[in-house]
Amino acid sequence: MLDFIARRLVAIIPVLTVVAIFVFLMLRLTPGDPAAIIAGDNATSDQIDEIRRALGLDEPIWTQFIIWIGNVLQGNFGESFFFKKTVAELIAQRVEPTLALAVCTLIIAVVTAVPLGVLAAYRHGSLLDRFVMGFSVLGFSVPVFVIGYVLIYIFAIELGWLPVQGYIRIGVNFWGFLERMVLPSVTLAVIYVALIARITRASVLEVLNEDYIRTARAKGLTNRVVLMRHALRNAAVPILTVIGIGIALLISGAVVTESVYGLPGLGRLTVEAVLSRDFPTIQAVILLFSVVYVLINLVIDISYTLFDPRIRY
Amino acid sequence: MFNLKKSVATVVAAASVGGFLGAAPGQAQTLNVVMHSDLKILDPIWTTAYIVRNHGYLVWDTLFAMDDKLAVQPQMVDKYEVSPDKLTYTFTLRDGLEWHDGKPVTAEDCVASIKRWAAKDSMGQSLMARVAGMKAVNDKTFTLTLKEPYGLVLQSLAKPSSNVPFMMPARVAATDPNTQIKPEDVIGSGPFIFKRDEWKPGEKTVYVKNPKYKPRSEPASGLAGGKVVKVDQVVWRSVGDHQTAVNALLAGEVDMIESPPHDLLPVLAKDKNIKLFNANPLGSQYTFRFNALHKPFDNEKVRQAVLYAFNQKDFLNATIGDPKWYKECKAMFICGTPLETFKGWEDKLNSNFDKSKALLKEAGYDGTPVVLMQSTDLAVLTNLAPVAKDLMEKGGFKVDMQAMDWQTLVSRRAKKDPPDKGGWNAFLTSWVAADVLNPVMAGFFNAGCDKAMFGWPCDAKIQELRDAFAKETDPVKQKALAEAVQVRVTEYPTHVHLGQWYAPFALRKNVDGNVQAPVTVFWNVTKK
Repeated sequence: MLDFIARRLVAIIPVLTVVAIFVFLMLRLTPGDPAAIIAGDNATSDQIDEIRRALGLDEPIWTQFIIWIGNVLQGNFGESFFFKKTVAELIAQRVEPTLALAVCTLIIAVVTAVPLGVLAAYRHGSLLDRFVMGFSVLGFSVPVFVIGYVLIYIFAIELGWLPVQGYIRIGVNFWGFLERMVLPSVTLAVIYVALIARITRASVLEVLNEDYIRTARAKGLTNRVVLMRHALRNAAVPILTVIGIGIALLISGAVVTESVYGLPGLGRLTVEAVLSRDFPTIQAVILLFSVVYVLINLVIDISYTLFDPRIRY
Repeated sequence: MFNLKKSVATVVAAASVGGFLGAAPGQAQTLNVVMHSDLKILDPIWTTAYIVRNHGYLVWDTLFAMDDKLAVQPQMVDKYEVSPDKLTYTFTLRDGLEWHDGKPVTAEDCVASIKRWAAKDSMGQSLMARVAGMKAVNDKTFTLTLKEPYGLVLQSLAKPSSNVPFMMPARVAATDPNTQIKPEDVIGSGPFIFKRDEWKPGEKTVYVKNPKYKPRSEPASGLAGGKVVKVDQVVWRSVGDHQTAVNALLAGEVDMIESPPHDLLPVLAKDKNIKLFNANPLGSQYTFRFNALHKPFDNEKVRQAVLYAFNQKDFLNATIGDPKWYKECKAMFICGTPLETFKGWEDKLNSNFDKSKALLKEAGYDGTPVVLMQSTDLAVLTNLAPVAKDLMEKGGFKVDMQAMDWQTLVSRRAKKDPPDKGGWNAFLTSWVAADVLNPVMAGFFNAGCDKAMFGWPCDAKIQELRDAFAKETDPVKQKALAEAVQVRVTEYPTHVHLGQWYAPFALRKNVDGNVQAPVTVFWNVTKK
C-alpha cells in the first residue's frame, strides 16, 4: 500500500510539470496584456511599455518560464500583478470559503443522494424511482446560476429567511457562517445529487440482481440489512469513483456559485485573475487545483480497499 | 429513515435564528456599498482605473478641486497668489493638515506628489513641460515657477478624474511612478482612513472616518467644499454579479450600488425602499475611436464618412434604452459645461448615408473591411459595436466586427500592427465627462502621432490649437480655441462622440446626502 501511495505521489510530478508548462504557454499565447490593463484608459504606449518592463513581461517567454518555475520550486509563487500581495497570501485568504462550500456541498450531496439512489433502486419502477430519475435529469439540465437565482428569490427575497450573498468566516460567527452557506451549498449540491443518485441507483440495482443478494434474503435478513450491508457496500466502488470525478465538477461549479452568492473564494479569484490576466495568480491557482484533484482521487483509490477486499495495491 | 423535508426545515430555521443572533450591533453607521468593480490596485497614480481613483478620493486630498459649476476652488490650499507676470504661483496650505500616521502635511510632500503625478498624467506632463521649478519655501508654502504663462495650472491641480493629483507623504511620493506603492503606504490626509488589515480583495475594502480630518467650512459642492464625514465607516462589498448586488440591495444587505445595470433599473425603481439618484449630472460620453495608422482609416475623408453615417440616438437606445438616462449632445466637451459648443457638427451625426457614400467614393475607398473590436462583457458597451457596424454598412463600409472580452480589447488596442496581424481599425468606449472637459484633458484629442493615445492620430494643427488653449489664460479665448479644436476634428477626425449617458446610484431610502460630483464620493452621506 505504501509503495502504491509513494508511486502515486511521485506520479504527481510529471502531471504538474505538464500542467505548469501548458498553463504558462496558454496564458502567454492567448490575447491579453496585463500591462495595458493595469495602465488603464488614459495610458500612452510608452507608459504601457514601462509597466510591462517593470513586470518582467518584456523578457522572452522561455526566460519568464525559467524564472517562474525556479521560484515555484523554491515554494515562491510570486506576487500578483495587481494586488501587491504574494499569490500565496491571496490564495490563503480565499481557501476557506471554497473549502467550506466544497465540504458542505459534499455532505449535502452524499447524505441526500445515496439514500435516494438506494431507495430508487429498491423501489425500482415506482413513483419514487421516477421522481429520483426525473430530479436527476432536471439537476443535470438546469444551470447552476439559474438554481442559485431561484433559491435567492424564494428564500432570501420573498421569505427573507437567508441572506442573499456574502461570507462570514467560521471562526468569526458560526451561525453567520452557516446561514451564508446554506443556499450556495444547496445550489451547488443539486447537480452533484443528480449525478450521485443516478449512479447509486444503477449500481445498487445491478448488485440487487446478484445471487448473493438472493441468498441473503433467503437467509431471512431484513431489507435494511440487505440493502445497507450487502447491496450498498458492494455498489460503493462506482459511487466513490463518481464522487472523485465529481471534484472537477465541484471546482467548476464553485466558480459560478461563488459569483452568484458573492463568496470570496478561489473560484472567484480564478475568474478575476483570468479576466485581468493576472498570470502569477492564474498559474498558482491552476497548479493548486491540479494537486487537489490528483490527491483526492488518490484518497478515493485508497478508499476502494475499505469496501472491496479484492482490491489490493 | 432520512426525512429530507424535516431536515431542510431544521437547517433553514437554525440558520434564520443564527442570522438574528449574528446581527452585529451599531451597523447603522456603516455604509455598505457595491462599487462598479473590486479594488485590486491601491495606487491612483500607477493606474487610471476609475475604481482606484474613487478609492483615492477617500484616502487622499487634493490641493484644488472643481465645484459643481466646474470652477476651481482651493481644497488643501488656504490661499494662493499669482505673480503679475503670471509666471510664479505661490501656494499656502491650510492649518492643521495631517497625514493618517499623525505627521503634518508639508509643502515638501506636495512638491514630491505633484512630480510623481505629473510623470504619469497627460495634463501633468503638459504642465511640467512649462514648469521651470517647484520649491518649498517653508513647511506650509511652496512655489511653482513657469517658463511661460500657462492657462491650465489650477485646472491641472484640480483635475477631477484619472490621474488625480492626490497629495501623498514625500517618502511615498518618492516611489517610482511606474511601480505601485505598497499597501502599508496607503497613507493620506483625506477624510477616510484605509484599513489595510481589513482589505480582502474579492470580499471587502474598509475605510473608517478620519477623526482628525479638518473639513473646509464651505458646504460640499462637486469635489470641492467641506468633506464632512457623517458615517463611521464605509465598506465596499465585492459582489461580482449585478443581479446578486441588486438582490442584496432589495434585501437590505447593502445600502448602495454605485452603477446598477440599466436593464435592472425598472426593478429597483418599483421597490418602495429604494431610490435612484443621478450623482453625476454630466454623465459619461460614448466614443468611437479610429486607428489612424492603417487602411482604411489612415485616410481623413474615410473617417469623415463615419461622422455622416452615425447618429447618436441609435447607440443610446441600444445601450441605455430609457431616454431618461441619456442625452443626445453634439458638443464634444459635454453639454452643460463652459466649453459646450456644437460648431462643426451641425450637419453630422444625422445618419446621412448618401453623404457618407459620396465621401467614400471621393476618398477612393476600396472596400477594405474595417476591423471593429466589440467588447462583449461590459453591459454598457456590448451593444455599441453592432450599431456601429450596421450604420457603417449602410454608409458604404465593409465591416469585420470581432467579439472579445474588454481586457482582450484593451490589450489589442495598444498594438500598432496592421489589422490582419493582430491590430485593429476601430473600437468603442466610454469616458466619464470629467475626463473630457477640454481638449488638453481629453486624451483622444491628442494628435501627437507616436505620443498620442492608441489610434495614434497625427495632426500638427490640432496640436497647435491644443497648445494655444493650454497657454491661454482668458476663458473667452480658451473657449474659442476649444471650438477651433472641435471644428478641426471634423476635418481630421480623431474620434466620434456618441452621446451622453447617466448611471444613477441605487440607494436604500435611509441613505441621504450624496454629493453630486463627477466621481463617487462618500463625505456628507448619512444613514438613518
